[in-house]
Order: sequence, then structure tokens, then C-alpha cells
Amino acid sequence: MNPAEWSWLPGVLTANDLSGYADTAVGIIFLIMVATTVIGGIIACSAERLVRAVAGLAACFIGVAAIYYYLNSPFVAIMQMLIYVGAVCIVIAFAIMLATPEDNKKPGPPGPLSGPLGLITAALATFGMIGLALNTMFKVHPKINMGAVKTIGVELLTTHSMVFELISMVLLIAIIGSLVIGRHGRSK
Amino acid sequence: MSILNLHNNLETYLILAAVLFGMGIYGLVTRRTLVGMLIASELILVASSINFMAFNRFTAPDPTMGQIFTLFIMAIAAAEAAIGLSITIAVYRNYKSVDTEDLVDLNG
Repeated sequence: MNPAEWSWLPGVLTANDLSGYADTAVGIIFLIMVATTVIGGIIACSAERLVRAVAGLAACFIGVAAIYYYLNSPFVAIMQMLIYVGAVCIVIAFAIMLATPEDNKKPGPPGPLSGPLGLITAALATFGMIGLALNTMFKVHPKINMGAVKTIGVELLTTHSMVFELISMVLLIAIIGSLVIGRHGRSK
Repeated sequence: MSILNLHNNLETYLILAAVLFGMGIYGLVTRRTLVGMLIASELILVASSINFMAFNRFTAPDPTMGQIFTLFIMAIAAAEAAIGLSITIAVYRNYKSVDTEDLVDLNG
């Protein structure tokens, strides 16, 4: 039977009927992911215990990966999950395990920026950037390609090959340097 | 414009990035341990990545450019986290503390 004739049959949903629901679902999932990002960020920057802050940071990064997916970049979303959630959060968790004193000593008097003044600083930065974003007319250029993964690979190894090599050098030096710094004074 | 259509709007992403950047600044000025400041700096890096990706999706002519830039930012962030971790551990070995107020000798 022709799919166009299905629509009047009871209980049969065609693609046309579903398209409205699909748009609604896409919008709702986007709102959920934005909420995950913002709540994770709030936990990451304000939780008293650092372990909770790292968990909030992981939630924030997962939300950001979904936002990259909404920005037509599934490859960058996968990289975000692998590098940030899988590596950076684990590294910070190791830092907490290795370098947090066992006895919870009382902190001294708070610094000048730790109270409302810090909140005002952050709010000034945030609202300044929001005002800048809303009051600027951004010039939209027509797209010259689709931004597919294959194009990223070709660009990475042709136009940006120098930066690509340099970034691998930076990573190698960072690994060796962190090993050297971490080993120094180990017998203490 | 409906609230369910926010994901097709450049300003949504710019505001989200600004909010994440503000949280990073807040964490950076209020945290009193080195690890907490490391976490806050990751928030700032991720906010800049979201800005790059938003302009990449909505205004830039070549949509591969922003993605490549974001990949480079991720590599730099991974290197920064590794170096930050090892410096934190070195400081902890020498001072038995990672509180920033105990490290005033490092002021120079």
C-alpha cells in the first residue's frame, strides 16, 4: 500500500504526523542538556568537597558534549566525551586522591574576593559578555562545505599540518615534563 | 520564537558560554585549593570552546575550522591538566598542603 494512504487509517502514524513530535523532542532534550550543563557547572564551582566538584564537572562536560552534537559536530562531541569526561576528570580525581591532606584543618580567614565580591566579579564578567553577544550584529557567511568528518581529517593533515605536529610535540613535552616534576622529591 | 526552537539560535549558545565563563571566574577567585582552581579553569576553557563551535555553526564560512580549533583547545586542556596535576603533587610533597594561603613563599 502506498504510504500516503496510511494516514487516514486509525492507529497508524506516518512520518508526517511524527515530524512535529520529533521537533518537540529535540527541543526538550536540548533544554535538558543545557540544564545539565548549568547545574553541573554550579556544582563544579561552588561545592564544598572537591570530589563533588569533580562529579559536577563531569556532568557539565557531558552536557557540553550534547551541545556540540546540536551544533552539527558529532566528532567533536565524541572527542569531548573521550578527552574531557574520560581523561581530564580522571586526572583531576587522581589529583584529589594524591594531594588532599587527610586531616581536615580549619581554613583561615577568607580572602577579600571569597564572599559577595567574588560573586559580583563573576556576574560582571557574565553580564558583560551576554550584553556584548546580544548587542552585536554578527555577519553570516554562506557555507562553503558541510563540515564533515572526512573534511576535518583532510584539513587537519593539509592546511593545519604544522599546528597538528606542534600540538603533538606540546603533548609529548607535557607528558615528559609532568613525569619529571611529579618524580622530583619522591623520597620525601 | 518558541522555547523549543532555542537550539537553532546563536545567542542561546553565546549566553550559555558566558554563564559557564562566569562560573569559571567565580570558582577561580573563590576556591582556596589548587585543585579547585584547576577545575574552575577547565570550565573557562570549555566556555571558550562553546563560543568557537557556535560561531563555527552559525556564521563562519568553513565549518571545519572551528571544529579543528576546538580539538586543539582540548589537546591544550589535557596537557594543562597533566602539568597542573604534577605541579599540585610537587607542591603537596614540599608543603604538605595545597591551600593557596599556605603557599605564600611562592609569591616571589
